[in-house]
Amino acid sequence: MTIAATSPYRVDATGYYGPFGGAYVPEMLYPNVEELRDNYLRIIQEPEFQREFTQLLTDYVGRPTPLFLARRLSAHYGTTIYLKREDLCHTGAHKVNNTIGQILVAKRLGKKRIVAETGAGQHGVATATVCALMGLECIVYMGEIDIERQKPNVDRMRMLGAKVVPATSGSKTLKDATNEAMRHWISNPTDTHYIIGSVVGPHPYPDMVARFQSVISAETISQLLHQTGRGTPDFMLACVGGGSNAAGAFYHYLDEPSVRLVAAEAAGKGVNTGHSAATTALGKPGILHGASTILMQTADGQVTEPYSISAGLDYPGIGPQHAHLFATGRAEFLSITDKQALDAGFQLSRLEGIIPALETAHALACLPLIGAKPDEVVVVCLSGRGDKDLATYTKHLEEYA
Amino acid sequence: MNRLTHLFQHKTADVLNVYFTAGFPQLNDTVPILKALQDAGADLVEIGMPYSDPVADGETIQRSNQQALENGMTVATLFEQLQGIREQGITVPVLLMGYLNPVVQFGVEKFCQQCQAVGVDGVILPDLPLDVYEREYKPLFAQHDLKVVFLVTPQTSAARVRQLDALADGFIYLVAAAGTTGAQTDMNADVDAYLSRTKALGLRNPTLVGFGISDAASFAAASRHTTGAIIGSAFIRLLQATPTEGRTAAIQAFVRGVRP
Repeated sequence: MTIAATSPYRVDATGYYGPFGGAYVPEMLYPNVEELRDNYLRIIQEPEFQREFTQLLTDYVGRPTPLFLARRLSAHYGTTIYLKREDLCHTGAHKVNNTIGQILVAKRLGKKRIVAETGAGQHGVATATVCALMGLECIVYMGEIDIERQKPNVDRMRMLGAKVVPATSGSKTLKDATNEAMRHWISNPTDTHYIIGSVVGPHPYPDMVARFQSVISAETISQLLHQTGRGTPDFMLACVGGGSNAAGAFYHYLDEPSVRLVAAEAAGKGVNTGHSAATTALGKPGILHGASTILMQTADGQVTEPYSISAGLDYPGIGPQHAHLFATGRAEFLSITDKQALDAGFQLSRLEGIIPALETAHALACLPLIGAKPDEVVVVCLSGRGDKDLATYTKHLEEYA
Repeated sequence: MNRLTHLFQHKTADVLNVYFTAGFPQLNDTVPILKALQDAGADLVEIGMPYSDPVADGETIQRSNQQALENGMTVATLFEQLQGIREQGITVPVLLMGYLNPVVQFGVEKFCQQCQAVGVDGVILPDLPLDVYEREYKPLFAQHDLKVVFLVTPQTSAARVRQLDALADGFIYLVAAAGTTGAQTDMNADVDAYLSRTKALGLRNPTLVGFGISDAASFAAASRHTTGAIIGSAFIRLLQATPTEGRTAAIQAFVRGVRP
């Protein structure tokens, strides 16, 4: 199952996905982005890079992650549901697939220091982890508000030796942490690599991150083939904040029209409540963090502050490839409220003994909405585990007693 | 003739460009500050269009952007404020500086029309990619007599500097050192070497140095190898610190202090 070079859903030679993508960066970042653009494909295609990447994914991350037939969940929905267990990755989520890949690129570019942004702290932890592993200095920007509400992950990053810097500008959350990380990169252009945590940012980041996450769908194909005799599911479900786990889960299925790609966005308290992060429902085309994409903004083009119960989906944009998948109709985008996500999180915990991350719970909440038939196969990308969200889940324990 | 072009035809050294954020400190301060800068002797003025996510800016300008947005500043409001400035005796060249998204949402063609209608001479859009400019913006800018300015940093290769110089027709904005606006640039030997290296390229456009220029010493050091310099954050700090009634005098003193 190879991807045709001319796939309409993959990045083109100029760094675009249809009208989305590109590299809208100030000149201060141009040399860094250009260096990455000119070298990333050569580096990641080197046999030695591939060997080291694959070995670390196997021995350090614990790949391949299982594809688990969720029997009780399947029975509940009257279909066949498999869970791609990214929650079993070292550090508890798919984020580490990308940070391993990027730190190997950074080393080959001769970089001495890593800077990253984080929202919920999962990408920050995954970055701090690989920096410890490779002995590189690590600076993580995190919104001052997120530092308060995600304290365990802040402590994990510090224990791993990273310096966590509060982003105190703007709304003091993920988008501002991203701004601060970019500013740090502007101020340290030659010795620092910026490990962006999702399929966002200027080209080549969205493509590079998607390639590192594509291991998710590559494994799914062979595991599904082994378990069902068919490599393609009828549905592939994943949550989208920036969209890195979805990009990886969709990657090898983009040009398989029989696979329905379903992306779950965070509707927060409801799409029209003013407390939402449902980008495709509320946003329109514009430029955010170096890419042309779809983003939530005012009529005057100011970026608005999203809301979701899940800090990892609390982002006002989506990756440019997802914007293209939405605009072309290749993927369906469903808006999932906090309540629907909580329902799905508790349901999976009780039916399968797996506590999912709140982000992932949004993908699970699509199960009652897609109308999967008994003879159809659904794969849900179980992007992360819910340990980090226990405080939030605990607040709702009574409701699900 | 375009006022910016006219300026650089007549003045080739010690040109002072001052930046301030539109709608800051108060929403309707834009034109009074512009007038005070002209009266104080600034050669050209760069008006910032505030944005929620100004990644190339340091804390001072970020805060002025945020304040301006809280004051209700928008691109449309800015054009309303600038309506009639040329009839009211503003003769200094005016540039608009800002991030691309608000301009795109306003509508690029409409933006260019409005610039021409109110008498804006040039535009600085730091996150507008060169290829996108060449393909989509260049003909519109030319049609509305808007000059474009591109940034160059110490990390920009000589080949790219030439490419930027070939497409720019306002001036080249030399970023003094790696960093965001307002960083404390020490006008050291490295910066001097970078500026003289750039001078040796023999660019067709005038060059103005920005980022970290705050006083007479840094202005003089920056202007040694260039056409002049740009002051932004230091001027924003002055506006922050000065009550409205003393502002005109403070701006006079500030400009005289930078370029005695």
